[in-house]
Amino acid sequence: MNLEIIKQHGLTPDEYENILKILGREPNMVELGIFSVMWSEHCSYKSSRVYLKKLPTQGKQVICGPGENAGVVDIGDGLVVVFKMESHNHPSMIEPYQGAATGVGGIMRDVFTMGARPVALLNSLRFGAPDHPKTSFLVNGVVAGIAGYGNCMGVPTVGGEVFFDECYNGNILVNAMCVGVARKDRIFYARASGVGNPVIYVGAKTGRDGIHGATMASDVFTDETEEKRPTVQVGDPFTEKLLMEACLELMKGNEIVGIQDMGAAGLTCSSLEMAGKGGVGIEMDLAHVPLREEKMTPYEIMLSESQERMFLVARKGCEKNILKLFNRWDLDAAVVGHVTKGNQVFIKNGGRLEGILPTLPITEKAPVYKRPVKKPAYLKKLQTSPIPLLTKEGGRGEVSYNDILKKLISSPNLASKKWVYQQYDYMVGTNTVVLPGSDAAVVRLKDPHTEGKMTRKGLAMTADCNSRYGYLNPKRGGMIAVAEAARNITCSGGRPLAVTDCLNFGSPENPEVMWQFREALKGIGEACQALGTPIVSGNVSFYNESKDGAIFPTPTIGMVGLLDDVDQHCTQWFKKEGDLIVLIGETKSADPVDLGGSEYLKEIHHLVQGQAPVLNLKKEKAVQSLCLEAIKKGWICSAHDCSEGGLAVALTESCITGPRVLGAEVAADSKKDEILKNTAFLFAETQSRILISLQEKDLQSFLKLAKLKKCPAQVIGYVVRDRIKIGQLVDLPPEELKILWESSFKQKVIERLCAE
Amino acid sequence: MNFGIVTFPGSNCDWDCYHVVTKVLKKKAYFLWHKDTKLPALDCVILPGGFSYGDYLRTGAIARFSPIMNEVIRFAKSGGTVIGICNGFQILTEAGLLPGVLMRNTNLKFICENVALHITNNQSPFTKSYPKNAVVHMPIAHGEGNYFADQETLNLLDGEGRVLFRYEGINPNGSQRNIAGIVNEKGNVLGMMPHPERCAESALGNEDGLVLFRSLL
Repeated sequence: MNLEIIKQHGLTPDEYENILKILGREPNMVELGIFSVMWSEHCSYKSSRVYLKKLPTQGKQVICGPGENAGVVDIGDGLVVVFKMESHNHPSMIEPYQGAATGVGGIMRDVFTMGARPVALLNSLRFGAPDHPKTSFLVNGVVAGIAGYGNCMGVPTVGGEVFFDECYNGNILVNAMCVGVARKDRIFYARASGVGNPVIYVGAKTGRDGIHGATMASDVFTDETEEKRPTVQVGDPFTEKLLMEACLELMKGNEIVGIQDMGAAGLTCSSLEMAGKGGVGIEMDLAHVPLREEKMTPYEIMLSESQERMFLVARKGCEKNILKLFNRWDLDAAVVGHVTKGNQVFIKNGGRLEGILPTLPITEKAPVYKRPVKKPAYLKKLQTSPIPLLTKEGGRGEVSYNDILKKLISSPNLASKKWVYQQYDYMVGTNTVVLPGSDAAVVRLKDPHTEGKMTRKGLAMTADCNSRYGYLNPKRGGMIAVAEAARNITCSGGRPLAVTDCLNFGSPENPEVMWQFREALKGIGEACQALGTPIVSGNVSFYNESKDGAIFPTPTIGMVGLLDDVDQHCTQWFKKEGDLIVLIGETKSADPVDLGGSEYLKEIHHLVQGQAPVLNLKKEKAVQSLCLEAIKKGWICSAHDCSEGGLAVALTESCITGPRVLGAEVAADSKKDEILKNTAFLFAETQSRILISLQEKDLQSFLKLAKLKKCPAQVIGYVVRDRIKIGQLVDLPPEELKILWESSFKQKVIERLCAE
Repeated sequence: MNFGIVTFPGSNCDWDCYHVVTKVLKKKAYFLWHKDTKLPALDCVILPGGFSYGDYLRTGAIARFSPIMNEVIRFAKSGGTVIGICNGFQILTEAGLLPGVLMRNTNLKFICENVALHITNNQSPFTKSYPKNAVVHMPIAHGEGNYFADQETLNLLDGEGRVLFRYEGINPNGSQRNIAGIVNEKGNVLGMMPHPERCAESALGNEDGLVLFRSLL
């Protein structure tokens, strides 16, 4: 044991001192390896726990909050929704196909290990600039990886987002979310119990892949990144499909006492965590572990992150039946140990004792750091930078809002993502009622997910984050991410239920990053509290930085909402000519401040500055409440939230993103030469606004309800057949915008033909 | 009418078919395990979509050796109705119950989309409830749907009216002669890449696939 070996294991000298204290002796290599992965940032959350524990995690609908493999929320009719989002950023940067694929595999295991059959997948992807030399390669790999794994599993990928920004040039983000459904009376937890109970390993054989994957995820990228390839795990979705079916079949009985999937830090993590949570010990013999490679050492077996494996504790006497079931599905299964008294995990290999680990100091009592925080120096300057001269665009004379709108609608961030989601099977399972392309996906619930329970309910789901807002104001960025997710759910007819978060930040050893983290969580907490959406699961990914610096703070919010009757879902596109267009919320057209951090500012002026838009949670609540109630009453033909690109883009999207292309005629109360006012009116990303369309006959009832809820709402125009007109400012044929919107992603990202 | 739906390791659309048969058509359906060596009394066997055996070697290549396939082949040869959907179609070609092969889509990517189909022949038991020359919409979701057969076989299929569905307007995967679905010589075995079970309910916004199932009843 020397300093070099300790450093290679990602442990600080202090942490090593702590290990000596805990064990009362020096650790051997196996034990050192185990401490190394368990105390990595990825597994221990040592830098984030102090702030995470302040988040709101409770509510009457919450059955299980953070701490288990996934969150569990009651949806009535004897059913629960089980969901979580996780990051697989570092592996995807190194090996995009397998990194993304195994991210999907891992998050699905986290859901079905609780007894829930996955009903949908979503993902939030962030790449570098569209013209960065690696972007096209990474996009192709990541999308193919997600498709390859999810499609083979037969779980539809129904939603998500794809964003591009220079800050992700050296560190892309791949956040994968899985939503599953289970019976309320059949939920399984990752807790070992019952001295003498057998510990059983099931699934794929163990190989040498992914060793120290957890440590790799807890470090920044350097030029030696390529060498880390062996740390990326390799996935086999076919094996996982069999594993899922076998586990769900076993879960119909009562042989299982506790079960956990083997993810980061493999056998090490699941054995220690399950024993720790159950307040028991485990004795394991690695000689019984099914191996794929010859001569694997105990170190390798304990740290391998081979995929598609589960670790379960069963009732004594059930071993034979369990092994038989897994063999029927052509999967490996072996009794590898048993539960013991005490709080230690004994690792044997044949006759030899290879390691003794105390469970609690490693898991429940892992190091917790309160890292130094410092408000970033860049912030003040950025926030107070003026919105640049909008008078003459490029000095070419009159500002053409038509041209600006065309540019925005064809920018990779706003353009149609059909190139991406067409590679995902979003229909398998025949439950997808609102397909990709609207504000949130909606799925219906039936067998086999509902396991015989009858229900008319549906689930709405989305994953959202605007990291530019996070960069300019982490607290507001966090708040807005939650508010936008809830708005998207509401527009689809769902009542927001709960949140899973995936918090992507730079290095926690950088006080400015820690400050961003603390502030973002404050914002998230406040918004979740106000909107009644507790956080039931989540993931923290630190160390997302390269020599170019840290990424923007990216607290991705995954949210699930409930529809009492899935038939009452709503979509974002206008339905027919003559329908009235109403804007719920306020548009402060005179205030250019809301152009801060906007897509407009980035695309047209190549700037990220100003103040992130203000969010008033009380107003947000009123707006969402009005929208949802009106949808339930059947008055709403379409509902679409105003977000990136502002009102003009939201209006355009309502016209061109549905099966029927329509137009709109909308008033603008400004004169053509009031440039600042016009730009703000069209493109400012003012919060708490929803664009709806409804029939003339329902208008009065709707306005009456709006007044009752003290929520601003006004008719701004009506749906027409073939022109998009916004006052004197915009006048375009929707077909032209649709063509730009549909073709840009492939052109500007995949084929990189952008003429800048 | 009794339906049997085969579940191979990796089949994904077995439950989707089961749902249509039992909840929409309100008929009896059995799941058939791939290792079974006997079939119950059935009127129709469905080989559903999915990734049987992980698509190892070739799509459908290994499934065709499953124990149950002996029974399915026997059933087909004795005139029983068999429908192979997507992966099921691939398995039928590997098993020799239908001619030709399904190759990788020309754009080399998985495609999930609603496509327009022309009902080329509405005289078969599978399509007799469609109006003549109807154009319908059904979802496709595959990476290997590019139908290929030699010219002699293609001419035979055309000549004998054995092409039931053709892609209309846009050919999403490069299939020869826009072929989306064909039947065997006797006309009792259908293989098709589009998923009729995904468009058999008003709740999902499209019932064009239901017509196929109703044709059989």
